[in-house]
Amino acid sequence: MNTYQLWISYYTMVRKDVVRLFRIWVQTFLPSVITSSLYFLIFGSVLGSRIGTMQGVNYMSFVVPGLVMLAIVTNAYSNTSFTFFQSKFFMRSIDEILVSPTPPWLLIVGFVSGGVVRGILVGTLVMLISAFFTGLHLTIANIGIIFVFGLLTAVVFALAGLVNGVYAKSMDAINIVPTFVLTPLTYLGGVFYSVHSLPQLAQYVTYVNPIFYLINGFRYGFLGVADIAIWISLSVLGGIIIVLFAINWYLIRTGLGLKQ
Amino acid sequence: MATALSIKDLKKEYGNGTVALRGVSLEIPEGDFFALLGPNGAGKTTIIGITAGLVNKSSGTVSVFGSDINTDPEIAKTNIGLVGQEINFNPFEKPLDIVVNQAGYYGIPRSIAIPRAKQILTDLGLADKMDKNAMSLSGGMKRRLMIARALVNEPRFLILDEPTAGVDVELRRGMWEYLTGLSKKGLTILLTTHYLEEAEQLCKHVAIINKGEIVEQGSMEDVLKRNESAHAADGSGFRGGRLEEVFLKLTSDK
Repeated sequence: MNTYQLWISYYTMVRKDVVRLFRIWVQTFLPSVITSSLYFLIFGSVLGSRIGTMQGVNYMSFVVPGLVMLAIVTNAYSNTSFTFFQSKFFMRSIDEILVSPTPPWLLIVGFVSGGVVRGILVGTLVMLISAFFTGLHLTIANIGIIFVFGLLTAVVFALAGLVNGVYAKSMDAINIVPTFVLTPLTYLGGVFYSVHSLPQLAQYVTYVNPIFYLINGFRYGFLGVADIAIWISLSVLGGIIIVLFAINWYLIRTGLGLKQ
Repeated sequence: MATALSIKDLKKEYGNGTVALRGVSLEIPEGDFFALLGPNGAGKTTIIGITAGLVNKSSGTVSVFGSDINTDPEIAKTNIGLVGQEINFNPFEKPLDIVVNQAGYYGIPRSIAIPRAKQILTDLGLADKMDKNAMSLSGGMKRRLMIARALVNEPRFLILDEPTAGVDVELRRGMWEYLTGLSKKGLTILLTTHYLEEAEQLCKHVAIINKGEIVEQGSMEDVLKRNESAHAADGSGFRGGRLEEVFLKLTSDK
């Protein structure tokens, strides 16, 4: 396939997924909007006023980046894991792409882009809701950093979700990872607190949690303060993306978990 | 004349130890209407799956119009249209979208794909259904939608894996008339079916596979002549067509 044909194939995959996202918006967009509104209400408004400040800013402003990141992480992940698994297991419509000349790397990029679109759209919605709860006093220190970290986070978790979707052999396998791995890592990655407020040992444990680096960089974009240097966060993100892409490419190229 | 499909010593053993193919070799010339027949579990769908890139082979070579499916998969796949045995489209989508999206995966822009898809769907009698949910289609309509999807990239080699299963007589006849017309225009067709009278009428060449091995192949007339005794044999009870008797002779365990 030449470059133009590759673009058409990519556009087809992304367009199809975006049409689906809007067709079932009650399932794709609404849950995160409701959940984050409750978080803002309870942790930000009710409890936040008693907590006071964290890293020099009021608690509501502190928690916003983490909750936006939470929305991006869960939506990007579930979009690729579920859509791929569904098209592989229930409908077998993944064959439509597998029989075509679309190369494996483009299939990965196409599915991941769908997850990124959903993650970014839901993240933007959550950010708009946070503006409402902060009385339109949303602090933004560096919009570029926010965008870069939002995008890279969506890519990381869309890739991770795709690994899950390709390899899963049952619906349980799709639900187990988000419930028992993703959610604990996200909550323990610093969504609701600064790593400096933890005991020394817990801080070391947090440093091996990849989500910590995402939230750290994202929070820097909003507040201008971070637990660790931004370049470290970016390096960790870049490394994870390369590893996850390579795993996906290997799985799809060889047909592991996909072809018999 | 070019060779549309060339398979040499193809073997496949699944992960659970099932040996599906034990060194299959066959060639389909360009423009042929070729029947690949065999009982359930003989290995027909495995051959098709490997050719279309849906199943990994254990060993052997498969090439489509000279392009090896492993070393030149993109070129090989560009020439193939596949109508699988199972319904495998998203039932929540509209037939027109399903066909146009399939064209997209082949790099065909929507400006070309939309009118082409509408024409094929119309030719297959789905004009008034193209904007309805695919879920609302009858079984026969779903089969025709799968044929439309397989034709949208204008393949040179069309694979039909039991395309008329569950389709009523009138629709089957319509489908065969349409596909015979395409065959006359030069499209190479590989057909698997359990309706042996259809294969006998439609196909120029035939291969019969049993337990992962080709047990007979050649032109339809030659195969029928070579196995004259099968249909000439005096038998009691129900008798099928000539090909059916040959098929039973070559594949029956009795």
